[in-house]
Amino acid sequence: MSRFFRYLLRGLLLVAVQVYLLNKVPHLHRLVVPSLYFVFVLWLPFSLSRPALLLIAFLLGISVDYFTLTPGLHAAACVLIAYVRPYLITLLMPRDTQDFQYPEPSVRAMQWAPYALYLLVLTFLHHFYLTFLQWLSVGSFWSFLGKTFLGTLISLLLIFTADLLFPRQQSYRTNTA
Amino acid sequence: MRNVFLFIRRYHTFFLFLLLQIVSWWFLASFNRFHQARFLTTAQEITGSINRRYDRVEDFFQLRAENQRVHQLNDSLLNLLPANDLVIDRQQYFRQEGATDSTKRLRRYVYRPATVIYNSIQEEKNYFQLDRGSDQGIRENMAVLNADGSAVGVIVLVSPNFSQGMSLLHVQQRVNATLKKTGEFGTLEWDGAHPDRLLLKGIPKGVFLKIGDTVLTSSYSFNFPPGKLLGRVSSLSTDKSTNFHIIEVQPAANFRNLQQVFVVENLQMDEQVSLNREARKRIEDPKNRRP
Repeated sequence: MSRFFRYLLRGLLLVAVQVYLLNKVPHLHRLVVPSLYFVFVLWLPFSLSRPALLLIAFLLGISVDYFTLTPGLHAAACVLIAYVRPYLITLLMPRDTQDFQYPEPSVRAMQWAPYALYLLVLTFLHHFYLTFLQWLSVGSFWSFLGKTFLGTLISLLLIFTADLLFPRQQSYRTNTA
Repeated sequence: MRNVFLFIRRYHTFFLFLLLQIVSWWFLASFNRFHQARFLTTAQEITGSINRRYDRVEDFFQLRAENQRVHQLNDSLLNLLPANDLVIDRQQYFRQEGATDSTKRLRRYVYRPATVIYNSIQEEKNYFQLDRGSDQGIRENMAVLNADGSAVGVIVLVSPNFSQGMSLLHVQQRVNATLKKTGEFGTLEWDGAHPDRLLLKGIPKGVFLKIGDTVLTSSYSFNFPPGKLLGRVSSLSTDKSTNFHIIEVQPAANFRNLQQVFVVENLQMDEQVSLNREARKRIEDPKNRRP
């Protein structure tokens, strides 16, 4: 139960940081839109089933949407990365879920290179889909490209900073326990 | 039939994914097109109350700018006092007091104060949220003015205790505007590029313009009261392919620190809108066309 509350707290905190900090500070440039909240989906435990992952991602996205008054936008992007996530993990670390020694994706659980690639691919997908949906209703092609790539860069920077600043305590899993 | 169920069970994750995507798309489409999605009003009550708490803290840091705006508005109101005139114009006096007689209503606009509890300028479609809703008399399509009387936006969605407005910084926003100097009218729009640049369209090349000219709300607007400040001309060029100026307007309201606003109700709006609709129906409907 304490694990559930830890994740709930992390989710609430990330949504609050996204809505009241990252969306409020003046952006460096109008194309550089930082977003961090979706890292919640990336840091969910390996052991979650795929439908649960999709539903949690949808709830996360829609809660951000209600604050930013854009219902459906972030939810769609979150559901997409939640759908791709298991396939990517299998691709990067071909082993059974039972064999993971750490509960959730991190540098220690996956090694540097696969973890960085994992973050890069999902962050890019999230931004690509998000700006694509915005571009459908308004905007030029160049602002779409700029927002996707610059947003991915600044978000990756934020995720790595968060990873270094707040090390997630993870117990090593053994068979004896 | 059994195979269909097996197929669905086999790929249930994919179907759930599709379902959630469709739900998201439906939310997105229905909200942007009609601004009316039913579920939104209840959600707005929840996020609205959280936004209000946050806004109490944020307001504190903008008190100085806000005080200045209120002072300016007070200043302009003092100039309207009937005591300033030697001879009191009775007609004018009645109009300002909002007196009514038994046959007709003299008052046209009602102002209600409200506080902005959420606002954005980073998106292409920017909305703001106010802490007053239908229980306090706010209705859709009312105009919103800043504390100093400059135009901010239009209310698009109302829940019992909160309401949501479409800012001037919204690519679907169209406001009837007029030039203070010459009285020519045009449409004020936004292209989503920069929050300090609105576009004034429909001003012909023949009109003589200078940078710094004032742009006001037009008397043709149904929701905005006439003569309210929209902005000032910040850059000027001519479009060679058309007969119109390309005018960029610096908005008068500072959208970065909106705090106290007025929601303006046009008491005759329903009458104006229905008259407009009736007139269009009578003239444009092929059944009514005269031979």
